Amino acid sequence: MTDVTRRTEQDIALVADVLVLGGGPSGAWAALTAAENGAKVVLAEKGFVGTGGATAAGNTTMIHAGPHSDAREAAIKRRLSIAHGLADRASIERIIDQSFDCLNKLADWGYHYPVNDAGASYRGSLRGPDYLRFMRKKLRKAGVTILDQSPALELLASDGAISGAAGINRLTQQRWSVRSAAVVISTGGCAFLSKALGTNGLTGDGLLLSAEAGAELSGMEFTGQYGLAPAFSSITKGIMYFWATFTDEDGNVLERKGDRQSVVAQNLLKGPVYAVIDQADARLQEGMRRGQPNMFLAFDRKGIDPFTQRFPVTLRYEGTVRGVGGLVIDRSGATNVPGLFAAGDAASRENFVGAVSGGGGPNATWAIASGVWAGQGAGAFAGRIGRLHDHRPAGGLGGAGLKPSEKPNASVDAHTFIEAAQQEILPLDRNFFRTGPGLQASLGRLDTAWRSARAHLSADGLPASEIVRARETAAMLANARWIVASAMARRESRGINRRLDFPNTDPMQQRRLLSGGIDRVWVRPNVIERAIAS
Amino acid sequence: MIELVSHDRCITCQACVSACPENVFDKREHAPPVIARPDDCQTCFLCELYCPVDALYVSPLADAHETVDEQQLIESGLLGSFARAMGWKRAIPGGTENDLTYRMFEDGRVST
Repeated sequence: MTDVTRRTEQDIALVADVLVLGGGPSGAWAALTAAENGAKVVLAEKGFVGTGGATAAGNTTMIHAGPHSDAREAAIKRRLSIAHGLADRASIERIIDQSFDCLNKLADWGYHYPVNDAGASYRGSLRGPDYLRFMRKKLRKAGVTILDQSPALELLASDGAISGAAGINRLTQQRWSVRSAAVVISTGGCAFLSKALGTNGLTGDGLLLSAEAGAELSGMEFTGQYGLAPAFSSITKGIMYFWATFTDEDGNVLERKGDRQSVVAQNLLKGPVYAVIDQADARLQEGMRRGQPNMFLAFDRKGIDPFTQRFPVTLRYEGTVRGVGGLVIDRSGATNVPGLFAAGDAASRENFVGAVSGGGGPNATWAIASGVWAGQGAGAFAGRIGRLHDHRPAGGLGGAGLKPSEKPNASVDAHTFIEAAQQEILPLDRNFFRTGPGLQASLGRLDTAWRSARAHLSADGLPASEIVRARETAAMLANARWIVASAMARRESRGINRRLDFPNTDPMQQRRLLSGGIDRVWVRPNVIERAIAS
Repeated sequence: MIELVSHDRCITCQACVSACPENVFDKREHAPPVIARPDDCQTCFLCELYCPVDALYVSPLADAHETVDEQQLIESGLLGSFARAMGWKRAIPGGTENDLTYRMFEDGRVST
């Protein structure tokens, strides 16, 4: 094998109007939109644009509902009815309408949608690998410079505004930096390496980078979110289980009163839980098999017929990927930091889904709409800054895991910190079902781990994969602290913040919780919103 | 997780090295790539789609490794089975028009 620590070529330095970090759907739409509006765009993706992110690994449903249609009104009413009072109609309408246009554009551009039995083009679903590969080609045609295998390690700032980012190429070991007038954070959510499908690159990096710049988060407590999967596998495809029967070890059928994930979670704390997809007829079985090939790949390779044989299931943590929380953005995708924009799962989706999971469909719809707006917003911002922005002196904002505050200590191991974060976040009895004392204890342990990581964690001089892992570790610890601190501050149960010590929803707490901070994590109610609401 | 790069089939194009979202492989000159970081595999199966010669096998086990027998995988039809199910051929995408996901919305149990 070659020596991977040797730098093979010169480092990369680029200049752009808009730099997009993360090449899943929201980043792809942001980059494409900015480029179509005339901006010079660089898109840097940790993995590969086409396979990176949660959508690429799956098949995602979409809300495809045209203006004035019954389907649109039904989708809006449904979202409002389950949002626990934190979504708003105008935002939902705007998201659905923007996404509708884009889903139709995909057809115009040559994406082959299936034709349903009524002979109509069915646009309520996209196949992940095909969708992202299609977007990759589209980005290339639009002139977007794609940097694959190129995770960002830190944002650059000039005079209080974001002016680019720097990172490393995991394959070539090259350092890269891009000076830009605006940066879009579309790095996805954080699932803490739970092995939920397609999420292992999603370690909350973009939130750490943004918080280091002073960006605000919201909804981080709406993260008690787990995906159902066959216990042996990564395949978190919840939709199939609408036709399933769940049983315990002895074969007793588990009653499905209310939220089926809660039923599975409660019983998993007692012992194994099994499922069989025994309520789907032959036509639907074929639909599932030809709609979700990777789900059946796992069964076929394990030798299980899921329609007749029960199999053990588990819940894998999905965090902010299919939870709610993330960066606070305005209608143009702008954060509170000048030059910094966000889209997709990196942004809070409370306006759209309130306190519950957006699952695959609404989140994929949000990714498109928020991506387009961030692309427009960042492009317009770059236009106002004008050329010559790259002559501003710039400094890197990265801290923990990159530039330790004290002497680097080689005995401080990233994997120990990753386990420390996972132990507070992944267990069902800590994060699916939450309690005040439990959260308090978790936060204490996480703060201790953070202080140690902040002071000593470094991978300087190691291969790129280790440098990236150290930064991901810091990001997971930071995300864990925002999640736990926000869950502590919401002293009620609402949506996917399930507090055993506060089982009811409190009308007085029908408002957002903002959060942020690096060495000192803060959480505060959005008092302006509360004042308007009252 | 990824368990096999078939040396019989591999044409050393290194497409899997570039396309793996988790940076599992290390490339080698004129030789099949090495599975350098097997525990980083996220069991997404996507490398199989990007392999033009069906040389890769990802086990469905997400948390454990297993030993696989290449000949047995070929005989059971499992080598390359993801690309065939999807309709991708020689790493070229295809088959989206055969997606029957819409049937899951027919009986009213699920709504977006």
